[in-house]
Amino acid sequence: MDGRYPLKGSRAVVIGASAGGLQALSAILPHLPEDYDPVLVCIHLPPHKNSVVAELFADKCRMSVVEADDKAPIEAGTIYFAPPDYHLLVEQDHSLSLSNEAPVYFSRPSIDVLFETAAEAYGEDLTGIVLSGANEDGAAGLRAVIDAGGRGLIQMPKGAYARLMPESAIAACPEARVLPLEQIAAELTGDAS
Amino acid sequence: MHNKIEDIEVRLLLEAIHLKYHYDFRGYAMASIKRRLIQARDRFGCRTISMLQDLVLHDESILMELMGYLTVQVSELFRDPAYFKAIRETVVPHLKTYPSLKVWIAGCSTGEEVYSFAILFREEGLEDRTIFYATDINQDSLRKAEAGVYGLDRMRLFTENHRLSGGKSSLSDYYTAAYGAATFDKSLRKRIVFSDHSLVTDAVFAETQLVSCRNVLIYFNKDLQNRAIGLFRDSLSNRGFLGLGAKETLRFSSHVDGFAEFARDERLYQKREEA
Ligand SMILES: C[S@@+](CC[C@H](N)C(=O)[O-])C[C@H]1O[C@@H](n2cnc3c(N)ncnc32)[C@H](O)[C@@H]1O
Repeated sequence: MDGRYPLKGSRAVVIGASAGGLQALSAILPHLPEDYDPVLVCIHLPPHKNSVVAELFADKCRMSVVEADDKAPIEAGTIYFAPPDYHLLVEQDHSLSLSNEAPVYFSRPSIDVLFETAAEAYGEDLTGIVLSGANEDGAAGLRAVIDAGGRGLIQMPKGAYARLMPESAIAACPEARVLPLEQIAAELTGDAS
Repeated sequence: MHNKIEDIEVRLLLEAIHLKYHYDFRGYAMASIKRRLIQARDRFGCRTISMLQDLVLHDESILMELMGYLTVQVSELFRDPAYFKAIRETVVPHLKTYPSLKVWIAGCSTGEEVYSFAILFREEGLEDRTIFYATDINQDSLRKAEAGVYGLDRMRLFTENHRLSGGKSSLSDYYTAAYGAATFDKSLRKRIVFSDHSLVTDAVFAETQLVSCRNVLIYFNKDLQNRAIGLFRDSLSNRGFLGLGAKETLRFSSHVDGFAEFARDERLYQKREEA
Protein backbone atom coordinates (compact mmCIF):
# COMPACT_ATOMS: atom_id res chain seq x y z
CA MET A 1 0.00 0.00 0.00
CA ASP A 2 3.03 2.25 0.42
CA GLY A 3 2.70 5.55 -1.40
CA ARG A 4 -0.81 4.91 -2.55
CA TYR A 5 -2.30 7.89 -0.76
CA PRO A 6 0.49 10.41 -0.90
CA LEU A 7 -1.07 12.93 1.45
CA LYS A 8 -2.25 10.56 4.11
CA GLY A 9 -3.65 12.18 7.20
CA SER A 10 -5.67 15.03 5.79
CA ARG A 11 -9.31 14.06 5.67
CA ALA A 12 -12.27 15.02 3.55
CA VAL A 13 -16.00 14.43 3.13
CA VAL A 14 -17.83 13.96 -0.18
CA ILE A 15 -21.59 14.31 -0.45
CA GLY A 16 -23.88 13.36 -3.33
CA ALA A 17 -27.48 14.51 -3.60
CA SER A 18 -30.18 14.79 -6.22
CA ALA A 19 -33.95 15.28 -5.98
CA GLY A 20 -34.70 16.52 -2.47
CA GLY A 21 -31.00 17.20 -2.03
CA LEU A 22 -31.16 20.89 -1.15
CA GLN A 23 -33.38 20.18 1.81
CA ALA A 24 -31.20 17.25 2.90
CA LEU A 25 -28.04 19.37 2.65
CA SER A 26 -29.72 22.05 4.75
CA ALA A 27 -29.96 19.54 7.58
CA ILE A 28 -26.21 18.86 7.46
CA LEU A 29 -24.00 21.66 6.19
CA PRO A 30 -25.07 24.45 8.59
CA HIS A 31 -24.19 22.19 11.55
CA LEU A 32 -20.54 21.77 10.63
CA PRO A 33 -18.06 23.89 12.61
CA GLU A 34 -16.10 26.56 10.81
CA ASP A 35 -12.80 24.65 10.78
CA TYR A 36 -14.28 21.29 9.76
CA ASP A 37 -12.63 19.01 7.18
CA PRO A 38 -13.14 20.03 3.56
CA VAL A 39 -16.54 19.00 2.16
CA LEU A 40 -17.03 18.40 -1.56
CA VAL A 41 -20.64 18.41 -2.73
CA CYS A 42 -22.13 17.18 -5.97
CA ILE A 43 -25.80 18.01 -6.36
CA HIS A 44 -27.78 17.45 -9.56
CA LEU A 45 -29.48 20.60 -10.73
CA PRO A 46 -31.07 21.36 -14.09
CA PRO A 47 -28.33 22.21 -16.64
CA HIS A 48 -27.81 25.77 -17.78
CA LYS A 49 -29.04 27.18 -14.53
CA ASN A 50 -26.62 29.66 -13.15
CA SER A 51 -25.93 28.05 -9.90
CA VAL A 52 -26.96 29.89 -6.80
CA VAL A 53 -26.53 26.96 -4.41
CA ALA A 54 -23.15 28.11 -3.18
CA GLU A 55 -24.57 31.54 -2.39
CA LEU A 56 -27.62 29.99 -0.81
CA PHE A 57 -25.52 27.97 1.62
CA ALA A 58 -22.89 30.64 2.22
CA ASP A 59 -25.41 32.54 4.32
CA LYS A 60 -26.40 29.52 6.35
CA CYS A 61 -23.06 27.87 7.04
CA ARG A 62 -20.18 28.52 9.41
CA MET A 63 -17.76 26.98 6.95
CA SER A 64 -16.96 29.05 3.87
CA VAL A 65 -18.86 27.95 0.79
CA VAL A 66 -17.63 28.27 -2.79
CA GLU A 67 -18.33 26.92 -6.23
CA ALA A 68 -15.20 24.98 -7.13
CA ASP A 69 -12.63 26.59 -9.41
CA ASP A 70 -10.30 24.44 -11.48
CA LYS A 71 -7.03 23.56 -9.70
CA ALA A 72 -8.13 24.99 -6.35
CA PRO A 73 -6.26 23.35 -3.48
CA ILE A 74 -8.68 21.55 -1.17
CA GLU A 75 -8.64 23.35 2.17
CA ALA A 76 -10.17 22.66 5.57
CA GLY A 77 -13.04 24.91 6.60
CA THR A 78 -14.39 25.07 3.06
CA ILE A 79 -17.39 23.52 1.31
CA TYR A 80 -16.90 23.14 -2.44
CA PHE A 81 -19.87 22.74 -4.76
CA ALA A 82 -19.43 21.17 -8.19
CA PRO A 83 -20.27 23.87 -10.76
CA PRO A 84 -23.27 23.16 -13.01
CA ASP A 85 -22.37 21.35 -16.24
CA TYR A 86 -18.89 20.29 -15.08
CA HIS A 87 -17.70 17.11 -13.41
CA LEU A 88 -15.74 17.77 -10.24
CA LEU A 89 -12.70 15.54 -9.75
CA VAL A 90 -10.06 15.20 -7.05
CA GLU A 91 -6.39 14.92 -7.99
CA GLN A 92 -3.77 12.95 -6.04
CA ASP A 93 -2.22 16.16 -4.70
CA HIS A 94 -5.60 17.09 -3.16
CA SER A 95 -6.43 19.77 -5.65
CA LEU A 96 -9.66 19.96 -7.63
CA SER A 97 -10.09 19.67 -11.34
CA LEU A 98 -13.08 20.09 -13.61
CA SER A 99 -14.10 18.38 -16.80
CA ASN A 100 -16.74 18.66 -19.52
CA GLU A 101 -16.60 14.99 -20.40
CA ALA A 102 -19.81 13.09 -21.09
CA PRO A 103 -22.54 12.97 -18.45
CA VAL A 104 -22.73 9.83 -16.27
CA TYR A 105 -26.28 8.61 -15.58
CA PHE A 106 -27.40 11.68 -17.54
CA SER A 107 -25.69 13.83 -14.93
CA ARG A 108 -22.91 16.37 -15.14
CA PRO A 109 -21.70 16.81 -12.43
CA SER A 110 -21.72 13.13 -11.54
CA ILE A 111 -21.57 11.87 -7.98
CA ASP A 112 -19.74 8.70 -9.05
CA VAL A 113 -16.98 10.72 -10.73
CA LEU A 114 -16.45 12.85 -7.61
CA PHE A 115 -16.56 9.90 -5.21
CA GLU A 116 -14.31 7.60 -7.27
CA THR A 117 -11.58 10.17 -7.77
CA ALA A 118 -11.80 11.34 -4.14
CA ALA A 119 -11.52 7.71 -2.99
CA GLU A 120 -8.28 7.34 -4.94
CA ALA A 121 -6.83 10.51 -3.50
CA TYR A 122 -7.98 10.15 0.12
CA GLY A 123 -8.33 6.39 0.71
CA GLU A 124 -9.28 5.67 4.31
CA ASP A 125 -9.35 9.37 5.18
CA LEU A 126 -12.58 9.91 3.27
CA THR A 127 -16.23 9.85 4.29
CA GLY A 128 -18.80 9.48 1.50
CA ILE A 129 -22.46 10.38 2.04
CA VAL A 130 -25.34 9.57 -0.30
CA LEU A 131 -28.53 11.58 0.23
CA SER A 132 -32.00 11.79 -1.28
CA GLY A 133 -32.31 11.32 -5.04
CA ALA A 134 -34.29 9.65 -7.80
CA ASN A 135 -31.50 7.97 -9.76
CA GLU A 136 -28.65 5.53 -9.19
CA ASP A 137 -25.74 7.94 -9.31
CA GLY A 138 -23.52 7.61 -6.23
CA ALA A 139 -23.91 3.87 -5.62
CA ALA A 140 -20.77 2.90 -7.54
CA GLY A 141 -18.98 5.92 -6.12
CA LEU A 142 -19.77 5.02 -2.52
CA ARG A 143 -18.64 1.45 -3.27
CA ALA A 144 -15.29 2.87 -4.38
CA VAL A 145 -15.03 4.98 -1.22
CA ILE A 146 -15.55 1.93 0.99
CA ASP A 147 -13.26 -0.28 -1.11
CA ALA A 148 -10.49 2.26 -0.63
CA GLY A 149 -10.95 2.01 3.14
CA GLY A 150 -13.19 5.02 3.64
CA ARG A 151 -16.44 5.35 5.53
CA GLY A 152 -19.89 5.28 3.92
CA LEU A 153 -23.04 6.98 5.24
CA ILE A 154 -26.44 6.86 3.59
CA GLN A 155 -29.58 8.83 4.33
CA MET A 156 -32.33 6.48 5.50
CA PRO A 157 -34.67 5.98 2.51
CA LYS A 158 -37.71 6.13 4.79
CA GLY A 159 -38.39 9.82 5.16
CA ALA A 160 -36.18 10.82 2.23
CA TYR A 161 -37.80 12.97 -0.45
CA ALA A 162 -36.67 10.45 -3.11
CA ARG A 163 -35.62 6.95 -2.11
CA LEU A 164 -34.02 5.44 -5.20
CA MET A 165 -30.58 6.94 -4.72
CA PRO A 166 -30.16 5.92 -1.07
CA GLU A 167 -31.67 2.52 -1.81
CA SER A 168 -29.27 1.90 -4.69
CA ALA A 169 -26.36 2.93 -2.47
CA ILE A 170 -27.51 0.52 0.25
CA ALA A 171 -27.73 -2.31 -2.28
CA ALA A 172 -24.20 -1.59 -3.51
CA CYS A 173 -22.76 -0.95 -0.04
CA PRO A 174 -24.36 -3.14 2.62
CA GLU A 175 -21.63 -2.17 5.08
CA ALA A 176 -22.42 1.55 4.94
CA ARG A 177 -24.25 3.09 7.90
CA VAL A 178 -27.81 4.09 7.18
CA LEU A 179 -28.92 7.05 9.28
CA PRO A 180 -31.94 9.29 9.54
CA LEU A 181 -31.12 12.68 8.08
CA GLU A 182 -31.08 14.42 11.48
CA GLN A 183 -28.31 12.14 12.74
CA ILE A 184 -25.86 12.58 9.88
CA ALA A 185 -24.44 15.91 11.04
CA ALA A 186 -23.98 14.57 14.56
CA GLU A 187 -22.20 11.53 13.14
CA LEU A 188 -19.83 13.80 11.24
CA THR A 189 -19.00 16.06 14.14
CA GLY A 190 -18.70 13.20 16.63
CA ASP A 191 -21.72 14.32 18.66
CA ALA A 192 -23.56 11.08 17.98
CA SER A 193 -24.93 9.40 21.07
CA MET B 1 -3.12 -2.31 -5.39
CA HIS B 2 -5.32 -2.37 -8.47
CA ASN B 3 -5.42 1.39 -8.82
CA LYS B 4 -1.72 1.69 -8.50
CA ILE B 5 -1.12 -0.67 -11.44
CA GLU B 6 -3.60 1.30 -13.52
CA ASP B 7 -1.73 4.50 -12.75
CA ILE B 8 1.47 2.88 -14.00
CA GLU B 9 -0.28 1.67 -17.13
CA VAL B 10 -1.74 5.10 -17.87
CA ARG B 11 1.69 6.69 -17.57
CA LEU B 12 3.25 4.09 -19.84
CA LEU B 13 0.51 4.48 -22.42
CA LEU B 14 0.92 8.26 -22.52
CA GLU B 15 4.68 7.84 -22.80
CA ALA B 16 4.21 5.37 -25.68
CA ILE B 17 1.88 7.74 -27.52
CA HIS B 18 4.39 10.52 -27.09
CA LEU B 19 7.33 8.46 -28.35
CA LYS B 20 5.48 7.05 -31.33
CA TYR B 21 3.14 9.85 -32.37
CA HIS B 22 4.54 12.99 -30.67
CA TYR B 23 1.24 13.86 -29.05
CA ASP B 24 2.14 14.78 -25.50
CA PHE B 25 -0.57 14.04 -22.94
CA ARG B 26 1.87 13.28 -20.13
CA GLY B 27 1.08 16.44 -18.19
CA TYR B 28 -2.70 16.28 -18.47
CA ALA B 29 -4.77 16.31 -15.28
CA MET B 30 -4.62 12.69 -14.21
CA ALA B 31 -8.01 12.04 -12.63
CA SER B 32 -9.97 12.85 -15.76
CA ILE B 33 -7.68 11.39 -18.44
CA LYS B 34 -7.45 8.15 -16.48
CA ARG B 35 -11.22 7.83 -16.38
CA ARG B 36 -11.43 8.41 -20.11
CA LEU B 37 -8.69 5.88 -20.86
CA ILE B 38 -10.53 3.29 -18.80
CA GLN B 39 -13.60 3.97 -20.95
CA ALA B 40 -11.43 3.60 -24.06
CA ARG B 41 -10.02 0.33 -22.73
CA ASP B 42 -13.55 -1.04 -22.43
CA ARG B 43 -14.59 0.39 -25.79
CA PHE B 44 -11.70 -1.35 -27.57
CA GLY B 45 -12.43 -4.59 -25.73
CA CYS B 46 -9.09 -4.60 -23.93
CA ARG B 47 -8.73 -6.25 -20.54
CA THR B 48 -6.01 -3.85 -19.43
CA ILE B 49 -4.67 -0.46 -20.44
CA SER B 50 -1.40 -2.23 -21.30
CA MET B 51 -3.29 -4.15 -23.99
CA LEU B 52 -4.65 -0.88 -25.31
CA GLN B 53 -1.05 0.38 -25.47
CA ASP B 54 -0.12 -2.62 -27.62
CA LEU B 55 -3.01 -1.86 -29.97
CA VAL B 56 -2.28 1.81 -30.40
CA LEU B 57 1.46 1.34 -30.89
CA HIS B 58 0.91 -1.02 -33.79
CA ASP B 59 -2.08 0.59 -35.48
CA GLU B 60 -2.20 4.30 -36.19
CA SER B 61 -5.92 4.20 -36.94
CA ILE B 62 -6.50 3.35 -33.27
CA LEU B 63 -4.79 6.58 -32.28
CA MET B 64 -7.24 8.57 -34.39
CA GLU B 65 -10.12 7.02 -32.52
CA LEU B 66 -8.35 7.26 -29.18
CA MET B 67 -8.02 11.02 -29.71
CA GLY B 68 -11.74 11.20 -29.01
CA TYR B 69 -10.99 9.88 -25.51
CA LEU B 70 -7.73 11.74 -24.91
CA THR B 71 -9.44 15.05 -25.68
CA VAL B 72 -12.91 16.23 -24.73
CA GLN B 73 -14.98 17.86 -27.46
CA VAL B 74 -17.87 19.78 -25.97
CA SER B 75 -18.80 23.24 -27.14
CA GLU B 76 -21.65 25.60 -27.91
CA LEU B 77 -22.14 28.81 -29.82
CA PHE B 78 -21.95 31.71 -27.36
CA ARG B 79 -21.33 29.27 -24.53
CA ASP B 80 -21.71 31.17 -21.23
CA PRO B 81 -23.44 34.15 -22.85
CA ALA B 82 -22.29 36.46 -20.03
CA TYR B 83 -18.70 36.00 -21.22
CA PHE B 84 -19.54 37.21 -24.74
CA LYS B 85 -21.67 39.98 -23.34
CA ALA B 86 -18.75 41.22 -21.25
CA ILE B 87 -16.48 41.08 -24.29
CA ARG B 88 -19.02 42.97 -26.33
CA GLU B 89 -19.56 45.65 -23.73
CA THR B 90 -16.16 46.07 -22.14
CA VAL B 91 -13.43 44.63 -24.40
CA VAL B 92 -14.76 45.67 -27.82
CA PRO B 93 -14.46 49.42 -27.04
CA HIS B 94 -10.72 48.87 -26.46
CA LEU B 95 -10.37 46.75 -29.58
CA LYS B 96 -12.02 49.46 -31.66
CA THR B 97 -8.98 51.66 -31.06
CA TYR B 98 -6.74 49.28 -33.04
CA PRO B 99 -6.45 49.54 -36.84
CA SER B 100 -5.92 45.79 -37.16
CA LEU B 101 -6.56 42.89 -34.82
CA LYS B 102 -5.41 39.35 -34.30
CA VAL B 103 -7.50 37.05 -32.13
CA TRP B 104 -6.46 33.56 -31.06
CA ILE B 105 -9.08 30.96 -30.16
CA ALA B 106 -6.92 28.26 -28.54
CA GLY B 107 -8.54 24.82 -28.30
CA CYS B 108 -11.34 25.72 -30.72
CA SER B 109 -12.75 22.18 -30.86
CA THR B 110 -15.48 21.91 -33.51
CA GLY B 111 -15.58 25.66 -34.15
CA GLU B 112 -18.52 26.96 -32.15
CA GLU B 113 -16.38 29.43 -30.21
CA VAL B 114 -14.65 31.00 -33.20
CA TYR B 115 -17.96 31.37 -35.11
CA SER B 116 -19.38 33.11 -32.05
CA PHE B 117 -16.49 35.58 -32.22
CA ALA B 118 -16.83 36.04 -35.96
CA ILE B 119 -20.52 36.87 -35.57
CA LEU B 120 -19.91 39.16 -32.60
CA PHE B 121 -17.12 40.99 -34.44
CA ARG B 122 -19.32 41.42 -37.51
CA GLU B 123 -22.09 42.85 -35.36
CA GLU B 124 -19.63 45.23 -33.76
CA GLY B 125 -18.03 46.28 -37.05
CA LEU B 126 -14.65 44.77 -36.25
CA GLU B 127 -14.67 41.78 -38.57
CA ASP B 128 -12.90 43.36 -41.54
CA ARG B 129 -9.87 44.39 -39.55
CA THR B 130 -9.48 41.05 -37.76
CA ILE B 131 -7.73 37.75 -38.37
CA PHE B 132 -8.88 34.87 -36.17
CA TYR B 133 -6.52 31.99 -35.50
CA ALA B 134 -8.49 28.95 -34.42
CA THR B 135 -6.21 26.17 -33.21
CA ASP B 136 -6.59 22.68 -31.82
CA ILE B 137 -4.75 19.35 -31.78
CA ASN B 138 -7.74 17.25 -32.77
CA GLN B 139 -7.74 16.94 -36.58
CA ASP B 140 -11.22 15.59 -36.69
CA SER B 141 -12.56 18.57 -34.80
CA LEU B 142 -10.60 21.02 -36.93
CA ARG B 143 -12.19 19.50 -40.03
CA LYS B 144 -15.65 19.87 -38.50
CA ALA B 145 -14.83 23.40 -37.44
CA GLU B 146 -13.89 24.28 -40.99
CA ALA B 147 -17.09 22.75 -42.33
CA GLY B 148 -19.22 24.75 -39.87
CA VAL B 149 -22.13 22.32 -39.94
CA TYR B 150 -24.12 21.68 -36.76
CA GLY B 151 -27.24 19.74 -35.91
CA LEU B 152 -30.37 21.78 -36.41
CA ASP B 153 -31.58 20.58 -33.02
CA ARG B 154 -28.84 22.68 -31.39
CA MET B 155 -29.96 25.96 -32.96
CA ARG B 156 -32.52 26.71 -30.28
CA LEU B 157 -29.88 26.72 -27.58
CA PHE B 158 -27.42 28.61 -29.81
CA THR B 159 -30.05 31.22 -30.67
CA GLU B 160 -30.91 31.73 -27.02
CA ASN B 161 -27.21 32.00 -26.09
CA HIS B 162 -26.66 34.52 -28.88
CA ARG B 163 -29.57 36.61 -27.70
CA LEU B 164 -28.34 36.54 -24.09
CA SER B 165 -24.89 37.62 -25.26
CA GLY B 166 -26.44 40.86 -26.46
CA GLY B 167 -26.66 39.73 -30.11
CA LYS B 168 -27.68 42.55 -32.44
CA SER B 169 -28.88 40.40 -35.31
CA SER B 170 -30.76 37.16 -35.74
CA LEU B 171 -28.61 34.04 -35.57
CA SER B 172 -30.58 32.57 -38.47
CA ASP B 173 -29.00 35.25 -40.70
CA TYR B 174 -25.74 33.31 -40.46
CA TYR B 175 -26.76 29.78 -41.41
CA THR B 176 -28.89 27.88 -43.86
CA ALA B 177 -30.94 24.96 -42.69
CA ALA B 178 -31.42 21.79 -44.68
CA TYR B 179 -31.86 18.10 -43.93
CA GLY B 180 -31.56 18.51 -40.16
CA ALA B 181 -28.30 20.45 -40.42
CA ALA B 182 -27.40 24.10 -40.09
CA THR B 183 -24.52 25.20 -42.31
CA PHE B 184 -22.86 28.41 -41.25
CA ASP B 185 -22.18 30.99 -43.89
CA LYS B 186 -18.86 30.72 -45.72
CA SER B 187 -18.31 34.43 -45.39
CA LEU B 188 -17.81 33.96 -41.65
CA ARG B 189 -14.73 31.86 -42.45
CA LYS B 190 -13.11 34.54 -44.61
CA ARG B 191 -11.19 35.93 -41.67
CA ILE B 192 -10.51 32.61 -39.88
CA VAL B 193 -7.32 30.57 -40.15
CA PHE B 194 -7.77 27.06 -38.76
CA SER B 195 -4.62 25.23 -37.76
CA ASP B 196 -3.13 22.35 -35.92
CA HIS B 197 -1.30 23.75 -32.91
CA SER B 198 -0.57 22.26 -29.50
CA LEU B 199 -0.38 24.37 -26.39
CA VAL B 200 1.89 21.70 -24.96
CA THR B 201 4.52 21.34 -27.65
CA ASP B 202 4.25 24.27 -30.07
CA ALA B 203 5.43 27.86 -29.84
CA VAL B 204 3.87 31.31 -30.22
CA PHE B 205 3.09 32.14 -33.87
CA ALA B 206 1.67 35.67 -33.86
CA GLU B 207 1.22 38.82 -31.84
CA THR B 208 -2.40 38.98 -30.72
CA GLN B 209 -4.68 41.46 -28.96
CA LEU B 210 -7.15 38.90 -27.62
CA VAL B 211 -6.73 35.24 -26.68
CA SER B 212 -9.74 33.12 -25.76
CA CYS B 213 -8.86 29.74 -24.31
CA ARG B 214 -11.85 28.19 -22.64
CA ASN B 215 -12.30 24.79 -21.09
CA VAL B 216 -8.96 23.59 -22.38
CA LEU B 217 -6.71 24.35 -19.40
CA ILE B 218 -8.95 22.29 -17.10
CA TYR B 219 -7.48 19.20 -18.77
CA PHE B 220 -3.90 20.22 -17.96
CA ASN B 221 -1.96 19.89 -14.71
CA LYS B 222 -0.54 23.06 -13.17
CA ASP B 223 2.81 22.91 -14.96
CA LEU B 224 1.17 22.58 -18.36
CA GLN B 225 -1.26 25.34 -17.52
CA ASN B 226 1.69 27.56 -16.72
CA ARG B 227 3.30 26.72 -20.05
CA ALA B 228 0.13 27.51 -21.98
CA ILE B 229 -0.54 30.75 -20.12
CA GLY B 230 3.10 31.68 -20.76
CA LEU B 231 2.42 31.29 -24.49
CA PHE B 232 -0.61 33.56 -24.23
CA ARG B 233 1.42 36.11 -22.35
CA ASP B 234 4.15 36.08 -24.96
CA SER B 235 1.64 36.29 -27.78
CA LEU B 236 -0.44 39.15 -26.35
CA SER B 237 0.51 42.73 -27.01
CA ASN B 238 0.73 45.05 -24.03
CA ARG B 239 -2.71 45.43 -22.44
CA GLY B 240 -4.03 42.58 -24.56
CA PHE B 241 -6.93 40.49 -23.26
CA LEU B 242 -7.12 36.89 -22.11
CA GLY B 243 -10.45 35.11 -21.60
CA LEU B 244 -10.78 31.79 -19.79
CA GLY B 245 -13.61 29.32 -19.17
CA ALA B 246 -16.31 29.98 -16.59
CA LYS B 247 -14.54 28.07 -13.82
CA GLU B 248 -10.92 28.69 -14.79
CA THR B 249 -8.72 31.21 -13.03
CA LEU B 250 -5.17 32.56 -13.05
CA ARG B 251 -5.25 32.57 -9.26
CA PHE B 252 -3.28 29.33 -8.99
CA SER B 253 -0.94 30.08 -11.88
CA SER B 254 2.67 31.28 -11.76
CA HIS B 255 1.61 34.02 -14.22
CA VAL B 256 -0.92 35.59 -11.88
CA ASP B 257 1.14 38.77 -11.58
CA GLY B 258 1.47 39.17 -15.33
CA PHE B 259 -2.22 39.93 -15.70
CA ALA B 260 -4.80 42.17 -14.09
CA GLU B 261 -8.37 41.03 -13.49
CA PHE B 262 -10.50 42.82 -16.05
CA ALA B 263 -13.94 41.27 -15.47
CA ARG B 264 -13.75 38.93 -12.53
CA ASP B 265 -16.93 36.88 -12.94
CA GLU B 266 -16.46 36.49 -16.68
CA ARG B 267 -12.83 35.42 -16.22
CA LEU B 268 -11.40 38.16 -18.40
CA TYR B 269 -7.84 39.31 -17.78
CA GLN B 270 -5.68 42.06 -19.21
CA LYS B 271 -1.96 41.68 -19.70
CA ARG B 272 0.06 44.08 -17.61
CA GLU B 273 2.52 46.37 -19.33
CA GLU B 274 5.92 44.75 -19.47
CA ALA B 275 8.63 46.63 -17.65
C1 LIG C 1 -13.93 21.13 -24.17
S1 LIG C 1 -13.14 21.66 -25.66
C2 LIG C 1 -13.31 23.41 -25.55
C3 LIG C 1 -14.02 24.03 -26.73
C4 LIG C 1 -14.28 25.54 -26.64
N1 LIG C 1 -13.07 26.28 -26.38
C5 LIG C 1 -15.34 25.85 -25.61
O1 LIG C 1 -15.05 26.26 -24.49
O2 LIG C 1 -16.51 25.64 -25.91
C6 LIG C 1 -11.41 21.36 -25.34
C7 LIG C 1 -10.53 21.40 -26.59
O3 LIG C 1 -9.14 21.48 -26.22
C8 LIG C 1 -8.40 20.78 -27.19
N2 LIG C 1 -7.06 20.51 -26.70
C9 LIG C 1 -6.66 19.53 -25.84
N3 LIG C 1 -5.33 19.56 -25.68
C10 LIG C 1 -4.87 20.58 -26.44
C11 LIG C 1 -3.56 21.10 -26.71
N4 LIG C 1 -2.48 20.56 -26.14
N5 LIG C 1 -3.43 22.16 -27.53
C12 LIG C 1 -4.54 22.71 -28.11
N6 LIG C 1 -5.80 22.26 -27.91
C13 LIG C 1 -5.95 21.20 -27.08
C14 LIG C 1 -9.25 19.56 -27.42
O4 LIG C 1 -8.91 18.89 -28.61
C15 LIG C 1 -10.65 20.15 -27.44
O5 LIG C 1 -11.02 20.52 -28.74
